[in-house]
Amino acid sequence: MAVTPKPYSIFSLARNALNYHQGWQRAWRDAEPKRHYEVVIIGGGGHGLATAYYLARECGIRDVAVVEKGWLGGGNTGRNTTIVRSNYLWDESAGLYEHAMKLWEGLSADLNYNVMFSQRGLLHLAHSVHDMQEIGRRGNAIYLNGIDSEFVTPQQVREMVPFINLDCRYPVHGALLQKRGGTARHDAVAWGYARAADNLGVDIIQNCEVTGFQIEDNTVKGVETTRGRIGAKKIGCVVAGHCSVLAEMAGFRLPIESFPLQALVSEPVKPVLDCVVMSGAIHAYISQSDKGELVIGAGSDAYLSYSQRGGFDIIEHTVGSIVELYPIFSRLKMLRQWGGIVDVTVDRSPLISKTPVNNLFFNCGWGTGGFKATPGSGHVFAHSIKAGDMHPIAEPFSINRFNTGALIDEGAAAAVAH
Amino acid sequence: MLLIKCPWCGYRDQSEFSAQGEAHIERPENPHDLDEEQWGDYLFFRKNPKGVHYERWVHVHGCRRWFNVIRNTATDHIHATYRPGDPIPALSDEETDQPA
Ligand SMILES: Cc1cc2nc3c(=O)[nH]c(=O)nc-3n(C[C@H](O)[C@H](O)[C@H](O)COP(=O)(O)OP(=O)(O)OC[C@H]3O[C@@H](n4cnc5c(N)ncnc54)[C@H](O)[C@@H]3O)c2cc1C
Ligand SMILES: [Zn+2]
Repeated sequence: MAVTPKPYSIFSLARNALNYHQGWQRAWRDAEPKRHYEVVIIGGGGHGLATAYYLARECGIRDVAVVEKGWLGGGNTGRNTTIVRSNYLWDESAGLYEHAMKLWEGLSADLNYNVMFSQRGLLHLAHSVHDMQEIGRRGNAIYLNGIDSEFVTPQQVREMVPFINLDCRYPVHGALLQKRGGTARHDAVAWGYARAADNLGVDIIQNCEVTGFQIEDNTVKGVETTRGRIGAKKIGCVVAGHCSVLAEMAGFRLPIESFPLQALVSEPVKPVLDCVVMSGAIHAYISQSDKGELVIGAGSDAYLSYSQRGGFDIIEHTVGSIVELYPIFSRLKMLRQWGGIVDVTVDRSPLISKTPVNNLFFNCGWGTGGFKATPGSGHVFAHSIKAGDMHPIAEPFSINRFNTGALIDEGAAAAVAH
Repeated sequence: MLLIKCPWCGYRDQSEFSAQGEAHIERPENPHDLDEEQWGDYLFFRKNPKGVHYERWVHVHGCRRWFNVIRNTATDHIHATYRPGDPIPALSDEETDQPA
């Protein structure tokens, strides 16, 4: 069983400092897979780990394993630009993303782990008449859903970001501001959920790739893995870009295509930008991490690929936009660039759903923007798995909306979004 | 960036092309006879394989013609390109056996 780790606190920090930081214990056990679990979660990204945590914490199911083919957070969770917001157009999305936002607001205390959630404010710039109409429509819809959202003028944008080039090739006509939006430390989210779930008895099994499903009478009975067969009463599959690969193993297809999405960070500099600025129309997203690096999100490649790389033309385009909007960054050196494989649906909304196989649930399709939903997604998915029926917030996100036509079209609403 | 061989113009930079998704999906003969399941399947559900993918591209900034590409999505290696209506080029066993 789990060894209860000592809670992190200011006192443990002081005690360990006196000890030259040699007394810290590992944050979770390196569990060996058992032969059977009540629930197996495939995928040790933020969403999978959050699901396991809420199963143990709120649903009374502690006989849970998370199986991850690589290392925790090595997928999109550890590759994203960490933007958190809940300013979506449609009611269904507002319900889901605002549910997550409320959980974010208490997450560090809940997990006893500092996820560095920082509600530093998020600007969404409008560069054209169309953009202005889009933020007008969306801003009012958000407001009617009781979520904070304000229109700001170019002058107000300049007050927040004094060095922005308002009158350039991409003129800034206005912006939508969500003050409660911001960033969180992505790795800490995975580690915090892992530690808290482990503490409640969840087995976290890394370097364990699922290679097939055991299905009898159209009901899932377990998974084949590189570390042997693991039986389960219920299975939640949370593998982001690889969801179609897993669906194929289970014998069905998904309304999803996988694309590379890239990001890059600069060398660290002194504090210069204290909010997040997004420009959907020109694929440029920027914020500054607490280490001082500028974190820049680019667009996705236009063709299906699992090569975690992405094209240089995409980077060139994004850097061009960034330099045009923020000339003072033009001489910064970029330190690192990477790609993740994002699972994209045509309506740019996720799938949280039952599947054609009994007791097999999928949570995927978060595409370019699921980090912000991590706590909410895990929470409603855990309750859905427990009940065997979808949580009311998750219900509209079922796979069969692509058959009934009840799409939740955030794609048309915001062009692209993180 | 990929180097793609347009079956009409020859090798060009990928930036001249636009990717248009899975190839060889046939429009149903009688759309009115389809139920929700079949229609949704035709419109939205895709193979999205990690491995060999048959896909359509358009040479938008060139001859503006459509064609098919066989590409491995795990490595981005392009096996072949061919014109619509041409027979689908066969891959050697080795090629289809790319790492998934
Ligand atoms: C460059 C980039 C920038 C982004 N920026 C933002 C942003 O600013 N804000 C935002 O909200 N979202 C953003 N996103 C999207 C966000 O990262 C994802 O939607 C989210 O992290 C998905 O989390 P997850 O836990 O579902 O997936 P992942 O973290 O990808 O976890 C899935 C896990 O499943 C594992 N897996 C796969 N196959 C198997 C198998 N067969 N067996 C076992 N395990 C398997 C993988 O190894 C992986 O660890 C961005 C994404 C990228 C790539
Ligand atoms: Zn051509």
